[in-house]
Amino acid sequence: MISLALAYLKDRPLTTALNVLLLAISVAMLVLLMQLGNQASERLERDARGVDLVVGAKGSPLQLILSSIFHVDQPTGNVPFSSLALLRRDPAVARAVPLALGDNFVGYRIVGTDESFADLYNTSIATGRAFSEPFEAVLGADVAAQTRAQLGQRFVGSHGLVEDETGDHSHDSEPYEVVGILEPTGTVADRLILTPYESVWNVHGIEHGHDEHDHDEHDHDEDGHDHDGHNHTDESKSDSDAMSPARGASPGILQVESATLDPELTSILVSYRNASGAIRIPALINRQTQMQSAVPANETARLLELLGASISGLRVFAWLLAITGGLAIFVALLNMARSREGDLALLRVMGMSRVQVFATVIMEGIITAMLGAGFGWLAAQTLMMAARAGIATLDDLGLKVWQFGSGEAVLLIAVLGIGALAAAIPAWRVYTMDPARVLARS
Amino acid sequence: MQLAVEGVRVAYGAHAVLNDVTFTLEPCAKALLLGPSGSGKSTLLNVICGLQTPNAGTVHLGDQQVSAGNGDTIRRSAMGIVFQTLRLVSALDVRANLLLAQKVQTGARDEALVERTLEQLNIAHRASSRPHELSQGEAQRAAIARALVVKPSLLIADEPTSALDNANTQKVADLLLGLADKAGTTLLVATHDERLKTHFEQSMVLEKGRLAA
Repeated sequence: MISLALAYLKDRPLTTALNVLLLAISVAMLVLLMQLGNQASERLERDARGVDLVVGAKGSPLQLILSSIFHVDQPTGNVPFSSLALLRRDPAVARAVPLALGDNFVGYRIVGTDESFADLYNTSIATGRAFSEPFEAVLGADVAAQTRAQLGQRFVGSHGLVEDETGDHSHDSEPYEVVGILEPTGTVADRLILTPYESVWNVHGIEHGHDEHDHDEHDHDEDGHDHDGHNHTDESKSDSDAMSPARGASPGILQVESATLDPELTSILVSYRNASGAIRIPALINRQTQMQSAVPANETARLLELLGASISGLRVFAWLLAITGGLAIFVALLNMARSREGDLALLRVMGMSRVQVFATVIMEGIITAMLGAGFGWLAAQTLMMAARAGIATLDDLGLKVWQFGSGEAVLLIAVLGIGALAAAIPAWRVYTMDPARVLARS
Repeated sequence: MQLAVEGVRVAYGAHAVLNDVTFTLEPCAKALLLGPSGSGKSTLLNVICGLQTPNAGTVHLGDQQVSAGNGDTIRRSAMGIVFQTLRLVSALDVRANLLLAQKVQTGARDEALVERTLEQLNIAHRASSRPHELSQGEAQRAAIARALVVKPSLLIADEPTSALDNANTQKVADLLLGLADKAGTTLLVATHDERLKTHFEQSMVLEKGRLAA
């Protein structure tokens, strides 16, 4: 039956190819939407696990979450370093993880922090040791794999949070030394370079004097983009004005005019010890300081809601395409049932049962759907590979390709169902056909 | 295998297409069913094949009664049928048609038998051709080959020579008789072609739905 169904499909290659193409396009869209949606939400959930609150400079709370937890956007500005100690002293705070951002190495963010970061992401050292001194660096697993860095190797960070291809913004005088590599965690930690926050301060002038490294000389185009109606540069400057006398520094860059000033952090990731913290601390920060607090769960939900509306619209369109593909199969098979009446009568005369002839036609629909589903899935994976290579954010999100989950299985079964359903009426016509009448007619 | 047709009647309202048709073909018999168009030959073949249920009468092939209920099974296991027009599945080449027939009717493929039969019928060179690429004669021979590769107990041919000239009629008749003889198959050929009469030991004439005496 399968070989006969295949022969019939090969007998009308153009129709078959068009039907397969229609289904493949819809399946590719659905797989893309499903994988992007699922992987993004999984990733967001995994990266935000354990972080109840993010404290940072005022601005867009979503931007604060994106930059501090998911490391895909520019920070909103800086907060005083003293706020870390204040938070850690609060009995409702179980953990406060400092983050000092500002530089990158070949696109991987260099994160100034302390040992509490490893606790938060439950990471351990795969090789080497944890950092203990400024300019010692521990690489995330992906960073180590991609850069092929070895223990003891030195590298120079570039200014800004995205890769500096020109090399004009390199901190040539302040090389980092790789002292450890983390175990893979499947979180954002895999794509970060961890170092004591003092390293970031030193690079940006605390110990060497700000005159030696004037941020005004740098071009911070990447920081000046508009996000949620806010301009980062302007916003961060106003925050900096509020928190410290530093001027002219770009967001995310620790800004200290002199050693007597309070050094700054980009943000602080907070985990509560108990529920009372969730009620008191955000309100306290938002009302009584010039900082803002953002709840990752709320912002992530808002982000997914925004994404969800677009994804739902596209999903409806993709299902409409799939139904169109099903209708095309239906029309093709109905025409086939008419034009091949003689063939099918012959098969019945040869002794094929009604059920076998019915199944042959159903099989044609299913094989067409199967080809469409298979090519669609392959196309989706290929597109994701290309998108990951071309769109840095998708790469940063750790988008995985060649994944086949239960969602895809359900989708493929649904598409096969469409193929079978489209073939059902033509198959029924064949099932009820009277071969003797066809023979008499012929 | 013996074919016994007894008292078969098929009527559409008051109009009887077949009326009390009775005959028996002994195992390995070669019989001709002659009759003009509209005499009821095709209806009788449909009843024998279990494609049509008669209003009255029975058909037995061996010890099995043929009916619409078991027609599929009996055709599959015991019959090879050659039709005048519906010869081959259009999407398959000649060889694939023969292999499909084997698979459907016997459940297995015997490629050696397929090749041998194609050779015997002198169409081995057309084994990879699609039905629409064949001449009338080649298509007829391919249809005979398809009916034979399932090793049927009863070979039925409906108007196998209607579109053929005298020389090819002679060839097809010799072929059917020779192959049926060789395979030990009972052969029933239904035709209006009087030219075949001389080739068969047993002839029956169907006129207006009745067998002439």
